[in-house]
Amino acid sequence: MNFETTIGLEVHVELKTKSKMFSPSANEFGDTPNMNTNVIDWGYPGVLPSVNKGALEYGMRAALALNATIAKENHFDRKNYFYPDNPKAYQITQFEQPIGHDGWVEVELADGKTKKIGIEELHLEEDAGKNTHRGQSSYVDLNRQGTPLIEIVSKPDMTTPEEAYKYLETLRQVIQFSGVSDVKMEEGSLRVDANISIRPVGQTEYGTKTELKNINSFNYLRKGLEYEEKRQAQILLSGGTIRQETRGYNENTGETVLQRVKEGSDDYRYFPEPDIPPIRISDDWIETVRQSIPEMPAARRQRYISDMGLSTADATVLTQSLEMADFFEATVAADADAKLAANWLQGEVSAYLNSEKLDLADTKLTPANLATMIKLITDGTISSKIAKKVFKEIITNGTEPKQWVEAKGLVQLSDPAKLLPIITEILDNNQQSIDDFKNGKDRAIGFLVGQIMKQTRGQANPKVVNQLLIQELKQR
Amino acid sequence: MAISKEQVSHVANLARLSFNDEELSQFTDQMSKITNMFNQLQEVDTTDVEPMTHVVDLVNVVRDDVPAPAAPEERTALLDNAPDTEDGYIKVPAIFNNGEDSAE
Repeated sequence: MNFETTIGLEVHVELKTKSKMFSPSANEFGDTPNMNTNVIDWGYPGVLPSVNKGALEYGMRAALALNATIAKENHFDRKNYFYPDNPKAYQITQFEQPIGHDGWVEVELADGKTKKIGIEELHLEEDAGKNTHRGQSSYVDLNRQGTPLIEIVSKPDMTTPEEAYKYLETLRQVIQFSGVSDVKMEEGSLRVDANISIRPVGQTEYGTKTELKNINSFNYLRKGLEYEEKRQAQILLSGGTIRQETRGYNENTGETVLQRVKEGSDDYRYFPEPDIPPIRISDDWIETVRQSIPEMPAARRQRYISDMGLSTADATVLTQSLEMADFFEATVAADADAKLAANWLQGEVSAYLNSEKLDLADTKLTPANLATMIKLITDGTISSKIAKKVFKEIITNGTEPKQWVEAKGLVQLSDPAKLLPIITEILDNNQQSIDDFKNGKDRAIGFLVGQIMKQTRGQANPKVVNQLLIQELKQR
Repeated sequence: MAISKEQVSHVANLARLSFNDEELSQFTDQMSKITNMFNQLQEVDTTDVEPMTHVVDLVNVVRDDVPAPAAPEERTALLDNAPDTEDGYIKVPAIFNNGEDSAE
C-alpha cells in the first residue's frame, strides 16, 4: 500500500515589543527572575489587562507580510488551564476570531519549482512563564509571562518533511524581514509544533494525526517528521490504528516518543475575555500598518539583481538573514563596489562567523570599515592578499582600515618612480635572466617579479611591476 | 439538561480540585440548576441578532507600547506573597514537564 503524507505546522513567534501583551511590564528576559513582572502578570484579583497597541500592529504587520486578510472585528478569549507558569489559570488568546486569516507564502523546492503553502490563520496571544525542574521542586520565573505571541497556523498543504522545512525557513525569513521578531529558535522566539498524518493514496479523508512538539531545530523538525511518516506507515501496514497523541523528538535516538494522549479542546472551556473590549480595525489603520512594513526578501533580491548587477545566487545568499542584507546595503551605501561587497560578505566574513560561531552583530566589523577596505582594494592602495590581513584586523579589533594600512606600511607600491629604481637594480644583478628572456624563456619574468616582490616585502603592485618589467626588459 | 457527577469531577480535576461525595452532590445539583437557567435563555429567538461578546459600548481600549519597569519593592512584595520562593523564583511542588510550559 502506498501512503501520502499531510503536514501542517503551528508556529509561535514572540513579538519584540518593548512591553508585554496585556501589561506594561518590560518585555525582556534573561533578567533577574521575576524582575519584569507586575500584579497583572501574576494574575492578582481585580487587575485590568490592557492591550498593547504595538503588539496589535506587529500582529497586523506579520499577517499582511504573509498575505493574510485582517479581521475587522476582533476580540480576545480565555483559554482555561491550570499550570504553575500560568498564574491567572487562563491564557488570553484569540480562539474565535484570529486577527489574520487565509494568507500564504511561496516556497522554493529542491527541484527549483515553487509551491504556495496556505496559512489558515494568525492569532495574537500571550506567552506563559518559564518553569525549571530541579529535584522535588519546580521553579517559576514569570518574566516571560505575557510576552506577545503570534501563532501562525498553516493549512495542511505540505506533503513531505522537506516541504515543511522549506515552509518554516521561508516563514522565518518573512517574519524576520517584517521586523516584528528575532525568530531565533535557540532563544525560543520561534517555536514549532507539527501535525502529521498519512493516508492511503486516493483516500479523500485525512488519516489520524499526531502532533510533534518540543522541536529544537529546523533539522530535527525534518528528521522527526521523516520518522513519524515511517512509524505511522508501519502501524497501518501491520493492521493497527494511529492514536491521536502528542509526541516529542529525541535528538539522541532520532525517534519520536509519546508524551501524552491529546485532551479535547472542550477541556479548555474557552469564552470571550470580559476584561478587554473588542478591537475594531479600520481600513485606514490597516493601510498605515501596511506602509510600515519593511522591504521583503523577494523585493530586495530583485533590487540587488536589477539595480546592483548581482547574480541570483549572490542575491539569494545575502537575503537569507535581515542582518546580512542590511549590512550589505549599508556597505554599498558607503560607496563600496556591490559585487566586491557581496563577495567579501559571502566569503571571508561568513567563513569568519562560522569558524568563530558568531553573529555579525557580535563582531567589531562595521559597514563603513568594510566599505573603506574595499575601496582601498579598488583604488589599488592595497593588494587582495594584504586585504585579508586588513580584514582580520577590522573584524577583530574594529580598527579604521585606511589609517591602519598606512601605519603598518601596507600600502601597495604602485608609483613607477619608486618602482623603477628597484627594477633597474634587480635587472643589473641578473644578466642571466635577461638573456633567458631574450631567448624566449618567459619563466625568467616570474623569477624577476619574485625578486622584486621580495625586495619590496610583498608591497609592490604586481600589475604595475609586470608592466614596468617588460618595458625595461625590451629596452635592454 | 442535567449535569452528571462525572462531569463535575472532570471539571474539578482540570482545576486541580478534589471534592468529597457530599460536595460533589451539592455542586452537581447547583450546576444543573445553572445550566437549566441557560436552557431557558436558549429558548429566546436570536435569528438576525449579531453575536455580541461585550455588554459595554467600548472599543479599541489600547495602550502605547511603552514599558513601565517594575520597582524592586514591587518584586519583593510579590515574591513575599508567594507560598514559597527560592533565589527569586516561585517554588512549587515538582511538576512533570509535559510540554505545557509554554503557551500552546
